[in-house]
Amino acid sequence: MRVVAAMSGGVDSAVAAARMLDAGHDVVGVHLALSRSAATLRESARGCCTLEDAGDARRVADRLGIPFYVWDLAERFERDVVEDFVQEYAAGRTPNPCLRCNERIKFAALLDKALALGFDGVATGHYARVLEGPSGRELHRAVDPDKDQSYVLGVLDADQLARAFFPLGGSLKAAVRQEAAERGFAVARKPDSHDICFVADGDTRGFLTRRLGERPGELVDAVSGKVVGEHAGVHGFTVGQRRGLGLERSRLDGEPRYVVGVDAPRARVLVGTADLLGVDVLEGAHLRWCGPPPWGEVVLGAQVRAHGEEVPASATVAEEVVRVRLGRRVRGVAPGQSVVLYEGSRVVGSATVTATSRAA
Amino acid sequence: MTHYLDHAATTPMLPAAIEAFVESAGSVGNASSLHTAGRAARRTVEESRERIAAALGCRPSEVVFTSGGTEADNLAVKGTWAARRGADPARTRVVSSSVEHHAVLDSVEHLVRSRGAQVSWLEPDRCGHVATGDLRAVLAEHGASTALVSVMWANNEVGAVQPVAELAAVAHEHGVPFHTDAVQGLAHLPVRFDASGADLMTVTAHKVGGPVGVGALLARRDAALEPQLHGGGQERQVRSGTLDVPAVHAFAVALEETVAARDVEAKRVLGLRDRLLEGALGLGLGITVGGCWHPGDGEQRLPGNAHLVVPGCEGDSLLYLLDAAGVECSTGSACQAGVPQPSHVLLAMGHSEAEARGALRLSLGHTSTDADVDAVLAALPGVVERARQAGGSR
Repeated sequence: MRVVAAMSGGVDSAVAAARMLDAGHDVVGVHLALSRSAATLRESARGCCTLEDAGDARRVADRLGIPFYVWDLAERFERDVVEDFVQEYAAGRTPNPCLRCNERIKFAALLDKALALGFDGVATGHYARVLEGPSGRELHRAVDPDKDQSYVLGVLDADQLARAFFPLGGSLKAAVRQEAAERGFAVARKPDSHDICFVADGDTRGFLTRRLGERPGELVDAVSGKVVGEHAGVHGFTVGQRRGLGLERSRLDGEPRYVVGVDAPRARVLVGTADLLGVDVLEGAHLRWCGPPPWGEVVLGAQVRAHGEEVPASATVAEEVVRVRLGRRVRGVAPGQSVVLYEGSRVVGSATVTATSRAA
Repeated sequence: MTHYLDHAATTPMLPAAIEAFVESAGSVGNASSLHTAGRAARRTVEESRERIAAALGCRPSEVVFTSGGTEADNLAVKGTWAARRGADPARTRVVSSSVEHHAVLDSVEHLVRSRGAQVSWLEPDRCGHVATGDLRAVLAEHGASTALVSVMWANNEVGAVQPVAELAAVAHEHGVPFHTDAVQGLAHLPVRFDASGADLMTVTAHKVGGPVGVGALLARRDAALEPQLHGGGQERQVRSGTLDVPAVHAFAVALEETVAARDVEAKRVLGLRDRLLEGALGLGLGITVGGCWHPGDGEQRLPGNAHLVVPGCEGDSLLYLLDAAGVECSTGSACQAGVPQPSHVLLAMGHSEAEARGALRLSLGHTSTDADVDAVLAALPGVVERARQAGGSR
């Protein structure tokens, strides 16, 4: 098959490209230019956006002897990922831009372009497995539990999955690094990317403030409704956050305070004690199913963040919304986060959390 | 079988130039050393300088070797500006065209940003040509405060040939020195320093079959230049750095050979170019020519330049598909991290950003054949159809 290997300049996508080639595919390496101001060199690897990353990807492609191109998807990325991220925060929600990028860039803008240009699919260095199931291709957790990235791929639908290749899903990260070294890739010891690739310095609040400006409002006690402080904008806060409130401990009871809710229309950040953070009912919308959609009430596992634990759950699925009842309370779930549903190791689908509560 | 149609980027080295390069690379000797080996190296350099001077219509002492066109442009723009302003603090303005190569464009912008220079940009017409009248108008107003006029001989993207001799004459009426970047004109146009009237002219080896990494600034002996690279002052106290003897030698051989064959070669390449453009327009794909093209015209437009605007396509899709089909060409514009940017030249000529994104530059040179043209014309229909399908993904 003719396959585009998305090459970020990191070790994983390098080995993924090499394995696709070894498997006999006709592989072309493509580095996505996701930022218009790419003319920078940075010390840390953040998975995209720097000249050095593009250069690293190119050197791997050279070694593999495959053609290599840089495709400019900066406008799409800005609109569908970065601006979405900013607006979600402005609305008091906590988005995961990696899911949006997979949904709208890597397996949409890039995949569509590749298909139009005559390719059969896109390969990436994600740790997840695609297995043939009774009703088509299925997305499964990776073999390496520490690296499993099926969560950030939970937004792919069956059509996207049919064109996706994840050659690393069956491997341990350590083995991938070892293989990269054996293949002579200079990126073999390059650090993993962390954080959000378009927030160069890792300061998300600073990034959001530059984009949104200051939007001052009140910190309000979630129980009493009393105003207990001020803030510079709801986009600086996410449910479960403790730092940055200016409230080390409550003067009333000496207990630490956390963000327990964000009321964007009224520019209010709700604060409360740790016991208010636990929730076990999630309402979700923007449903994405990796295969046949379930219907009615189903018993599943649920994961609410990229490196979170899976929690037993039951989900009640209707046309466009889902209600997930978790088997135990989970702390710090914010609207905007994605809940990914699993059946065993198989990804069933995902939803964006719209509300959280506690069962009586 | 690949078809190389990117001669404006760099053209293959001529066999005689490779031979000269290898011959000199085998000899030791710093051309500034005083012993026998040094004198031999110096002799090669000076003979090469004389050959280059003869080929370009200048004096040997007017040839200042550099590392290439970019360095020569930087020296001409920054060096002249600094020297002229030093002599007369009122002269802070640069007049240039908005279709210059980035080596000039960015040098001017550096002076504006960091040194407090003023700039007047001459805007091109839809063909990419700047008007002598526009320069006259700018200098009528700003002549006494202008340090330099710099306008390229021929544009690297759309091949528009500028009225250099007229522009130089207008600059001189106001006592302003004139620089021209002539690298794109060397291979196929009768570029001569003496006849051009220019005070400064940029030339480079790798557009005429010489090696990359060597070029020259031709500078009249009375041209005031502030050095931009400081050191041993090897080149007329204006440019420092040990001379690259093999490269200088190969440059001279390549230039001499190119100039000797230039008229015949220009006609040959012009025929291929016209066949390519006629063929591309006749494919019924909505392709238009960037800039102005008249069959048989190798004077207003570079003989080897074929520039296509393909509506509904992204340049990077076109490049990939043509590359896969064995056709090597360019979008013509500068790249950032490998991403073609919408061409500042096409934008200046009045094209929309969408049109500028679908630009394709095919440039012909001494290895180009009918088979190359046939290959492009055979590949284009399928390539354009596919690129259009992919066009909406931005």
